[in-house]
Amino acid sequence: MPYGDKVIDHFQRPRNVGSLDKTSPNVGTGIVGAPECGDVMKLQILVDENDNIVDAKFKTFGCGSAIASSSLATEWLKGRKLDQALDIRNTDIVRELALPPVKIHCSVLAEDAIRAAVEDLRKKKGARSSAVEGNGAK
Amino acid sequence: MRRIYLDNNATTQVDPRVLEAMLPFFCDKFGNAASRNHAFGWEAEQAVEAAREQIASLIGADAKEIVFTSGATEGNNTAIKGVAAMYAERGKHIITQATEHKAVLDPCHWLAEQGYRVTVLPVDAKGMVDLEQLKQAMTPDTILVSIMHGNNEIGTVQPIAEIGRLCKEREVLFHTDCCQTFGKLPINVEEMGIDLLTCSAHKIHGPKGVGALYVRRKRPRVRCAPVLHGGGHERGVRSGTLNVPGIVGLAKAAEISGREMESEPARLAALRDRLKDAIISKLDAVHLNGHPTLRTPTNLNLSFAYVEGESLMMGMPEVAVSSGSACTSASLEPSYVLRAIGVGDDLAHGSIRFSLGRFNTADEVDYVAERVVATVRKLREMSPLYEIAQEGVDLKAVEWTRE
Ligand SMILES: Cc1ncc(COP(=O)(O)O)c(C=O)c1O
Repeated sequence: MPYGDKVIDHFQRPRNVGSLDKTSPNVGTGIVGAPECGDVMKLQILVDENDNIVDAKFKTFGCGSAIASSSLATEWLKGRKLDQALDIRNTDIVRELALPPVKIHCSVLAEDAIRAAVEDLRKKKGARSSAVEGNGAK
Repeated sequence: MRRIYLDNNATTQVDPRVLEAMLPFFCDKFGNAASRNHAFGWEAEQAVEAAREQIASLIGADAKEIVFTSGATEGNNTAIKGVAAMYAERGKHIITQATEHKAVLDPCHWLAEQGYRVTVLPVDAKGMVDLEQLKQAMTPDTILVSIMHGNNEIGTVQPIAEIGRLCKEREVLFHTDCCQTFGKLPINVEEMGIDLLTCSAHKIHGPKGVGALYVRRKRPRVRCAPVLHGGGHERGVRSGTLNVPGIVGLAKAAEISGREMESEPARLAALRDRLKDAIISKLDAVHLNGHPTLRTPTNLNLSFAYVEGESLMMGMPEVAVSSGSACTSASLEPSYVLRAIGVGDDLAHGSIRFSLGRFNTADEVDYVAERVVATVRKLREMSPLYEIAQEGVDLKAVEWTRE
């Protein structure tokens, strides 16, 4: 099964690989997946005082499509409002990367990672974390 | 782009000498080996009988004991189902082991559904069956033991001579899948007590879709019912017009392998070890899967902790290898062979099988080792697991969110 051009591009030149200081109050960290399942994503976002996402980083253990999904997610997160982070849907990732059906779970994991990072940040900020909407729309 | 093929346990390049031997049998000597009344048939039959001799001589058998098949899947099916059908009155118990190819396990499972009793022996961490356990598993109604010689995924070589002896003592038939060792390790059906043996041409630089099944005719005379019914070819064991070019190719591939048996397996084993050493000396947290010494000369199976196998393959697209990762399989499950030897699913996902063949060189092995090391390093830089492990956290103690 050959890979799509965009998957290859993100895999070969991953955007925003790295880590942010997870102890910072302005950094939200989401770690999802499990080693035995073959993919683990760590996604981090940094916000300014106005809840603008000014930086995003990822590290992913997983197949090329998982790496590409998380790389794309960080690209899309940068410059967004925190609230709008949750607008990123796995289906958008599937479309952008032209993922085949067997790789859809990679995009789901990326959406989960975004959600987890936002939730972590909101918890830190003491905001109502229950405001996270749209769960389960996969 | 330079391309390097290190997936020779999956299939091999046809040796040009094999192709050359096959070519006359397409457009010139294209007769049906069963046509008894004209020269076209005779020359085809002659070629098939010469091929039979050739295959038999490589395993110490008689030509009459060789049945040509479409490959090892068919050979295994015929051996297992054929013996099961013929010996059902004597007993309905079959013994096999956990790391067999699916072409052995699935016929056994199918028989279990038909009312046979199947024992699947476990293996140890190196992939070896335990002879004591095998002995214990044998009961008066055991009719067949099917245990492979060399494993296709992890390379472990089973003690088939000892298994053959045990089977002889108990008067149980012994079948062995020798796909990965035929033409690479010495095999003698007399010395090893083998009653049925499967091999396949495409693993030894022959064509795909042709193989041979050895069925013993003396001490004891093994009866094997056909899976394919029809014109009664191959003494009724396998009907169907013989694939003459394929059979000629199989024989030529066997002849070359037999002739090179003195030097080629040793060369391959040296390349295999060169590859392993070059990788292991430069990377930490690499595990060898399978037996450290008792393994096929072609096979090296390594797990790279903190890295997923498919991404490793994707990182070196010019190198053809295979992985036990779920992401590369249709089943979405990591390799059952690695599970059987107790490799955790996390390490199974990070496993790569490198398998060597006649056309690989030391230069290629050095290049691949370099590419593997560079790609693993790059992926570990990207791996949250590597980061967590570097922080001294035990990954097993982390609570993961399972999908
Ligand atoms: C050990 C073993 N048995 C059986 C087979 C199936 O052989 P074939 O492709 O000839 O059907 C293979 C190869 O895929 C193998 O490695």
